[in-house]
Amino acid sequence: MSHSAPDPNEDHGSVYDGLLGTDTSQWAFGTDFEDPLAGVDTTVPADLDPAELAAYCLALGDDALVLSHRLSEWCSNAPDLEEDIALANIALDLLGQARLLLARAAAADPSVVPTLPDGSPVPVEDALAFFREAIDFRNVRLVEVANGDFAETIARLLLFATVRLAAFERLCAHRDPVLAAIAAKGVKELTYHRDYAGRWFLTLAQGTDESRRRLLDGLSATWPLYAELAAAYAAGAEVDVVLDQVFAVSGVDRPEVAPMAGRGHTEALSRMLAEMQVVARAHPEGLW
Amino acid sequence: MTDEKEWPLYEVFVRGKRGLNHVHVGSLHAADDEMAVRHARDVYTRRNEGVSIWVVKADDITASSPDEKDPLFAPAGDKVYRHPTFYTIPDNVPHM
Repeated sequence: MSHSAPDPNEDHGSVYDGLLGTDTSQWAFGTDFEDPLAGVDTTVPADLDPAELAAYCLALGDDALVLSHRLSEWCSNAPDLEEDIALANIALDLLGQARLLLARAAAADPSVVPTLPDGSPVPVEDALAFFREAIDFRNVRLVEVANGDFAETIARLLLFATVRLAAFERLCAHRDPVLAAIAAKGVKELTYHRDYAGRWFLTLAQGTDESRRRLLDGLSATWPLYAELAAAYAAGAEVDVVLDQVFAVSGVDRPEVAPMAGRGHTEALSRMLAEMQVVARAHPEGLW
Repeated sequence: MTDEKEWPLYEVFVRGKRGLNHVHVGSLHAADDEMAVRHARDVYTRRNEGVSIWVVKADDITASSPDEKDPLFAPAGDKVYRHPTFYTIPDNVPHM
């Protein structure tokens, strides 16, 4: 037939068409794989103490790094393929925050970076992630304990994302423009994390008897570590408002469990780091 | 659905930045409509593909049957005059 019917998809085709533009070498968008702060002026403003800024960024970065690793442990283990991908996405968001924050810490105060042999190709944020011992990590204990079941993971994610989002909203006005920019990027990510966790919190709480039992158990297991998280992020009344809202619609009482005593880390962290760091440490000259 | 515990199946439509229409990209399972949108965001727009998502329960779609293919579509096959291919379309008319 000389006049064949026009292909209805010809003009717009698949949404995936043309995504790469003319550049097919780079599949990850908006990410500089060499230096996450490439092209950014990392001079610390004169009225800030570089060591204090670095310690603060390290703490924020370590929280993201450790929870990112915990969430990534759900890969291929989540209740459904869809949750598997959702949790991996959140883990990747947090890993991105960790890269930026650890790089910011290293740029502000190079003395925080562990010393590696001369000529080591390991970038500073990797040196911080893979070549520090558990005792040098500045994360809160809430992010390091084992995942538990899906409900416990959701309870932890809700608490973490709510507290961190409130803090990042404040940090958008931080006097260090680099930290402020990192916070502004993170706000959008954390808003989604909180939304995702909040919806699942409600769904599990109002689902079946079994899902509600698991959620309440998970929340009780996580709650002893909440006080430390809230203190680390200077969580204010706005956090309580959000959590109370989620608890109210879910028909869940705010747990009355005493905060876990002590500080520092649980033994869960060193076990997790052993797994997370083993490949990088086995190949210190490796290029990734 | 044989397994009652299975979440309902949703069909996902994404409107890409470069596209004009929502285009079917695939399907997924979700507990409810709102979660289906979030799952679609996570599964189908991870690489910056979309600016808008539609989800619809697969059960709510009424589809033509392959058995009806000939009665439905064959009669249009020999009516070339219905296609506007005899006209010259100016280059500056987009999306034709």
